[in-house]
Amino acid sequence: MTAITIARDPMAVGEPTAPRRGVGIALLGVRRSFGPREVLRGIDLAVEAGQFVAVVGPSGCGKSTLLRLLNGIDAPDGGRIAFERPTAARIMFQEARLLPWARVADNVAVGLGPRRKEPGAPARVLEALAAVGLSGREADWPAALSGGQRQRVALARALVSEPGFLALDEPFGALDALTRIGMQSLLERVWREQGFTAVLVTHDVSEALALADRVLLIEEGRIALDLPVDLPRPRRRGSVALAALEERILRILLRQDRDQPDYMI
Amino acid sequence: MTNESHALPGPGALAGVSAARRRLRALPGVAASAPLRQALVPWLLPIALVVAWQAAASLGLLRSNVLPGPASVLAAGWRLTLSGELADHIAASTARAVAGLVVGGGLGFALGLLNGLSRSGERLLDSSIQMVRTIPHLALVPLVILWFGIDEEAKLFLVALGVLFPVYVNTFHGIRTVDAQLLEMARSYGMGGLELFRRVVLPGALPSILVGLRYALGIMWLTLIVAETIAARSGIGYLAMNAREFMLVDVVILAILVYALLGKLADVVVRTLERRFLAWHPGFRDA
Ligand SMILES: Nc1ncnc2c1ncn2[C@@H]1O[C@H](COP(=O)(O)OP(=O)(O)OP(=O)(O)O)[C@@H](O)[C@H]1O
Ligand SMILES: [Mg+2]
Repeated sequence: MTAITIARDPMAVGEPTAPRRGVGIALLGVRRSFGPREVLRGIDLAVEAGQFVAVVGPSGCGKSTLLRLLNGIDAPDGGRIAFERPTAARIMFQEARLLPWARVADNVAVGLGPRRKEPGAPARVLEALAAVGLSGREADWPAALSGGQRQRVALARALVSEPGFLALDEPFGALDALTRIGMQSLLERVWREQGFTAVLVTHDVSEALALADRVLLIEEGRIALDLPVDLPRPRRRGSVALAALEERILRILLRQDRDQPDYMI
Repeated sequence: MTNESHALPGPGALAGVSAARRRLRALPGVAASAPLRQALVPWLLPIALVVAWQAAASLGLLRSNVLPGPASVLAAGWRLTLSGELADHIAASTARAVAGLVVGGGLGFALGLLNGLSRSGERLLDSSIQMVRTIPHLALVPLVILWFGIDEEAKLFLVALGVLFPVYVNTFHGIRTVDAQLLEMARSYGMGGLELFRRVVLPGALPSILVGLRYALGIMWLTLIVAETIAARSGIGYLAMNAREFMLVDVVILAILVYALLGKLADVVVRTLERRFLAWHPGFRDA
């Protein structure tokens, strides 16, 4: 694991202030089958270091499978996944997956792996909790937190080891609309501060457009659309530019149901 | 409103009840001692029973050779305490209970761990264990007397056999039902082997293991009562059987009460363990 300490310079201005710790990722002809079902049929993709990529697509198209391959929880049947350099890769799920019998601080410390016994660990845990706005909750049980707070602990756990890559599998899917918007801005803020490479799977096209540099649409096991989103941040929800892009993606998503007439949109 | 009166009490009805409670609490002198009153409530019924029992005995409603009053039982207890007999018998019973629990519970826990963690262990052992489990362990009493006579091994064997299965079944079940998503999370953070077991598997299985322990303690005393009344030369059960031969009804009742107290004590121990180890669990939080 490479540890890169990030010097945060409050005086620096402009886009990502910290030196990029994000890692570039290249996928070449990545395939994955479950029995006779070929879920991913050759994914070619180059993700730049520090890029924020959103992945959308119909249910069951293989988005989660792709994330599990990227995180090494699962291995491809064919093709290659290459990271620019070795780094800690983290993943967040729709459920926070906190250990119910460990207090908040201990849950975050899980993210440090074997280094949680080092002398600097408690300070790093507190810093990670502060970054997600949960200072003062370190001694609470997870059961005492709301769904959104639990997801924030999970985010702190994912980020405490300063990973170069963070995968997110519908991380806000179970939250109410208001909490979700709050979590989206939080994620955008820590991403901008820390500069990791992010791949976010979401069902919510407007969430993808609000956060990502680039939106990928996966269909029938392939990347069907690779759409750059060149809009300034933070993006204004409901702006005309976002709405136009959203309509374009939705049009493709709905088209694939060939029985539906075009005037559905 | 009329047809509603036959239905479940609506929110209005409940509000009425709580308003009545509030009025009760508002009475002077009642509200002040509320916590104390709360603590006393569980004791009301037992105390009333003992008072009624003593009254019936004093009034001659109960024949003393059938059911002596609490005062005579207490006197018998005092007599046996002074002679040191009671302490000896309690010590003998407790030693057997603990030894049987350690041997049988330890074995059940180890087998539960083994089969819970390893599929091949389960395939090899589980169906055999389940088969032995269907035999009521007290049915083995005659056989055990043939094998061990009335030696300590007989009691130890029966208690150990009795507590083995509840501990085994609940440990096994607890380990198998540990949240697979948590396991995946922990592995993705590089946990494995002993650390994964200590930090995820064991705490996840603990609520179920403690349920097993609670069952085991009940079976432990039950087995000991049966074993000691049939084949023993010491212990509470022996005290009761011996007293029966001399028609000392008060000592028999004393023995029964001592068993009840020991059982209650075991329950308190488990509750304390639960409160200590399951503090994270909303269901075991201190009220
Ligand atoms: N472990 C597995 N064993 C067998 N089939 C699997 C497994 N994991 C995924 N699949 C199959 O692979 C396909 C893609 O699954 P995946 O979870 O990647 O979909 P998804 O795009 O994330 O869907 P959703 O949007 O509903 O989460 C599905 O048809 C699923 O049934
Ligand atoms: Mg999925």
